[in-house]
Amino acid sequence: MSEHLIGRPVLRKEGVAKVTGQAKYVDDLHLPGMLYGATVRNPAGRGRIRDIAFDPGVPWEEFTVVTAADIPGENYVALILHDQPFLAKGVVNHAEEPVVLIAHPDRYLVEEARRRVHITVDPLPQVFSIAKSLETDKKENIIWGEQNLFKMFHVERGDVNQAFHRAALIVEGEYETGAQEQLYIETNGMLAVANPKDGVTVWGSMQCPYYIHKALLPLFGLPHEKVRVVQCETGGGFGGKEEYPSMIAGHAALLAWKSGKPVKLIYDRAEDMVATTKRHPSRTRHRTAVARDGKLFAMEIEFNIDGGAYCTLSPVVLSRGTIHAAGPYNCPNVRIRSRALATNFPPHGAFRGFGAPQSIFALERHMNKVAAAVGLAPDEFRRRNFLHEGEQTATGQVIRERLNLQGLLARALDLSGYCAKRTQFDKSNSGSPVKQGVGFATFMHGAGFTGSGEVALKSVVTVEATRAGHVRILTASTEIGQGTNTIFSQIAAEALDLPYDQIELAQPDTAEVPNSGPTVASRTVMVVGKLVEAACVSLKQLVGAKNGDFAAAAARYFEQFGKVARASSEYQPPPGAGWNDETYQGDAYGAYAWAVYVATVSVDTRTYETRVDDFVALQEIGKVIHPVLAAGQIEGGVAQAIGFALYENCVWKDGRMANAQMTNYIMPTSADLPPIRVFFEENPYAYGPAGAKGIGELPMDGVAPAILNAVEHATGVSVNRIPMTPEILMQAMLEEKHG
Amino acid sequence: MAEIRCNVNGVGRTLNVLPMARLLDVLREQLRLTGVKEGCGEGECGACSVLIGGELANSCLVPALQADGEHITTIEGIAIDGKLDRVQQAFIEHGGAQCGICTPGMILAAISLLKRHPHPTDEEIREGLAGNLCRCTGYMRIFEAVVHAVKPA
Repeated sequence: MSEHLIGRPVLRKEGVAKVTGQAKYVDDLHLPGMLYGATVRNPAGRGRIRDIAFDPGVPWEEFTVVTAADIPGENYVALILHDQPFLAKGVVNHAEEPVVLIAHPDRYLVEEARRRVHITVDPLPQVFSIAKSLETDKKENIIWGEQNLFKMFHVERGDVNQAFHRAALIVEGEYETGAQEQLYIETNGMLAVANPKDGVTVWGSMQCPYYIHKALLPLFGLPHEKVRVVQCETGGGFGGKEEYPSMIAGHAALLAWKSGKPVKLIYDRAEDMVATTKRHPSRTRHRTAVARDGKLFAMEIEFNIDGGAYCTLSPVVLSRGTIHAAGPYNCPNVRIRSRALATNFPPHGAFRGFGAPQSIFALERHMNKVAAAVGLAPDEFRRRNFLHEGEQTATGQVIRERLNLQGLLARALDLSGYCAKRTQFDKSNSGSPVKQGVGFATFMHGAGFTGSGEVALKSVVTVEATRAGHVRILTASTEIGQGTNTIFSQIAAEALDLPYDQIELAQPDTAEVPNSGPTVASRTVMVVGKLVEAACVSLKQLVGAKNGDFAAAAARYFEQFGKVARASSEYQPPPGAGWNDETYQGDAYGAYAWAVYVATVSVDTRTYETRVDDFVALQEIGKVIHPVLAAGQIEGGVAQAIGFALYENCVWKDGRMANAQMTNYIMPTSADLPPIRVFFEENPYAYGPAGAKGIGELPMDGVAPAILNAVEHATGVSVNRIPMTPEILMQAMLEEKHG
Repeated sequence: MAEIRCNVNGVGRTLNVLPMARLLDVLREQLRLTGVKEGCGEGECGACSVLIGGELANSCLVPALQADGEHITTIEGIAIDGKLDRVQQAFIEHGGAQCGICTPGMILAAISLLKRHPHPTDEEIREGLAGNLCRCTGYMRIFEAVVHAVKPA
C-alpha cells in the first residue's frame, strides 16, 4: 500500500538530474556532422525588401543558405491565421523579422557571416501605438488587413445605456501596461534532422510539441507520421515557448532539409529578446456607474491590446483579458468592448496570465478610484460588490461553487496587518522622505481553455503498465519547471495505489505520446491531471486490480493477453457547462482560482524608488496537490509580476527593443524582493484531480495593482501606468505638486 | 591555439584553446561539461557560474587562458561518487530547483556563500545569491534550501 500522496511534498521527479547538471537541454545535445544555424533579420522596419547582398570574403560555398524561395511547402506559421511567414518574401512588417537562414559547421564563422548579409529595405509607413492603430481613417495607418484589427469582442449584460442614464455617480479612468519579456533563463533553441525520405525531426525547448507539429506539416507538405517533435528539458517558458518555437523549429528544419545535415539553431540572449514575443501592451478605459451606497451599477470597459505585426495568438489573449476585465464583482450591467490591434512591433504573444494581468491591473486600480469617489475604503467597497454563489460573472456564468470572497479578503488583510499598517503609515509618513503604503487587489483567474476551447482540443492521455509492474504516463504536457512530472506522478500513484517511484513519464515526443493539448492556460493540473487520473482508473479496471495489488494484476494481464495493459482517457466537459462563442455568454471557464494579494511598499520621495517590503498572497485553489510546488509557482509568479509592476521596461526605438540585454532590462534579483508569504485555502473542485484547480497564471494578475494601490496610499499620487519606473513616478508626483 | 593545463573536477587536463575562447565554451564543448549553462553571455545571470580556485566566477567572462594552472569545479564535480552534496539535497527537498537552468550556477553560488559564511544571515544569503538570476522560484525556496544546507554549529 502506498501512503496518500496528494498534498505531500514528494521530491521532484527530475530533481537529481537538475541539481547534478545531468539534465539535458537542447543546447547540450550534439549530433555528428552537425551544422550551426543563424537567422539573418530585417535590419530596418516595415518596408519592401529591395536587395539581399552577400559580402565577398566569406566562403559562401561552404554555407547552406535558405530564403523563402527554398521552402518546400507553405510559407506560413500555422496557428490561428496564416499571415505570418517563416521567412519574409517581398515585404517585411517589423524589425528583426527573419529573412535569410544560414548554416555552417563552424559556429564562430556562422556568426561572422550573419553580419555580412546585407538586406536593403525601402521603408513603408509604420504604426507604433494602439492610438495610431485605431486611426484607420488615415490610409497610411492601415498596416494589416482593412482595419488593423486581429479580433474584437463585445460582451453585453443587462441594460448599460439605461444604467448610465440613471446613475448617481460616474467614474472614469484610463490604464496602461507595457510589454514584458518572459526572460526564461534558457534561451530558445532547436535541433533538427530533415530530409525528404525520413521526414523531419526536431528536438528543442518548448511548451507545446503538437503546436510545432501542426506548424511543420504545411511548411514541408508532409503527412503527420513524417514529422516528429521531441521536447528536451526546458529551462522555463512562461508563455514565451508557446508559439514562437514553431518558427525556430521551422528554421532549423529548413536548414537541415537543404543541407542534409543536422542543424542546431540556438538564440543568444540578445536575439531572443529582440526577436521573440513579449506580453501585449494594453490600454484600458473604464467608465463605471455606482450607486450612493457603493453598489456597482454599470461597468463599461474598453480593452485594447497591441498585437504587433502578425496575428499569432492575439485573439485568444484578447479573449482571456476580456473575460477577466470585470473581475470578481457582481454588477448587473456590463459592457466590454475589446480589440487586438496590429502595429509594427515584433508580434506580441503568450505570457503567463495571457491578457488577464493587463485587464485586471486596470480593474483593480479603477476599483480603488471608484471606492474613493463614493467615500468608501477600498476594502469596504469591495465587500459591497463581491460575487457570491449563485450570482453571475460578466459573461453570465453562474457561480456554482462555494465562494467566500469576504472571508478571503478578511484573512488576507489580517495576515498582512493591513488595517494597523494603514493607520500607522498615515501617521508616520508625514515628515518622512520615505513614505510607506499598503494596498491590495482582489481577483480571479479561470483555468483551462476559454469557453468551448477544451471541447475542441479533445485532449487525450494514455497510461500503460510496464513489464516491471510500473506505470508509464504518456502525455504531450511538458515539464518546464512548474512540476508536471511530479504532479502527474502523484495523481497516478494515488489513483493506482502504487508507490510514487513506480510511476514513469514518457518524454513528450509526438511519435509516442497522444496530444494532451498545449502546456498553457493553467490547464496542466486541472484538465490534463484529471485525464491522468481517469486513465489510471480505467487501467486499474482493465487489469482487474484491487487496492494494493496493481503490479500483480498487471503481470496477470500481460500473461493472459501477451501485451502490456494500456488505457486512455479523453476530455469530457463538466455536465451542464455551456458557452456561446457568438454572444460571449456562458461558462467561460470550468473553474476559477480566487485571490487577495496585499503589498506593503516604501517609496523614497528623493529618488522615486519603490521597494516592496512585504507581500501576502492568499488564494483559494481547490486542492493543493504539492505544497512546495504550489507555493513555488505562486512565489515565482509574484516575483515576475513585481518585475512587471516596477522594473521591467521594454525600451522601444523605431519598433526595435533597444535594451535587449540582461544588463539593462532589469528583472528582480534575490536582493530586490520582499518576503513573499503564500497562503492557500482549499475548496475542492468536483472536476479537477483530487479537487485541484489551475494556479500557474494566477499570481501574475493581482500583484501590479496591489503595488500601485499601495504606492497611492503611500504618496497620495495615482499612477495608472506600468512598469512604474522611478521616472514615471517622478513625473506623476511633480504633476501632482505643480498641478 | 594555446596550450593550457588545469584541473577540472579533480582531473588534470591539457587543452588546446583559442586564447580568447570563453572558458564556458571550452568546458561545454571540449570537455562536454554541459551542466555549465549559458544564460546571457555577459556576466549578468550567473547560469555559467563555476568555481575557479574555489572562487565563484562567471565562465562566460573568463578567457580560457586565465584557467591555466587553475583548479576548476563545475556542477558535475559537486556530487562525489553519486552522493549529493548537502546543498544539492536541500535544493531538491525544499523546491530550490524548478526549470533547472539556473540551478547548477545557483548551487555553486550557494556553496561559495556557505564557504564564506558558514552560518549566513538572511541578508547575507540574499546578497550572496544576487549575482545568480532565477525566473521560476522568486528565490524564496532557494533561500530556504540554503538555510537547510547550513551545517549544524
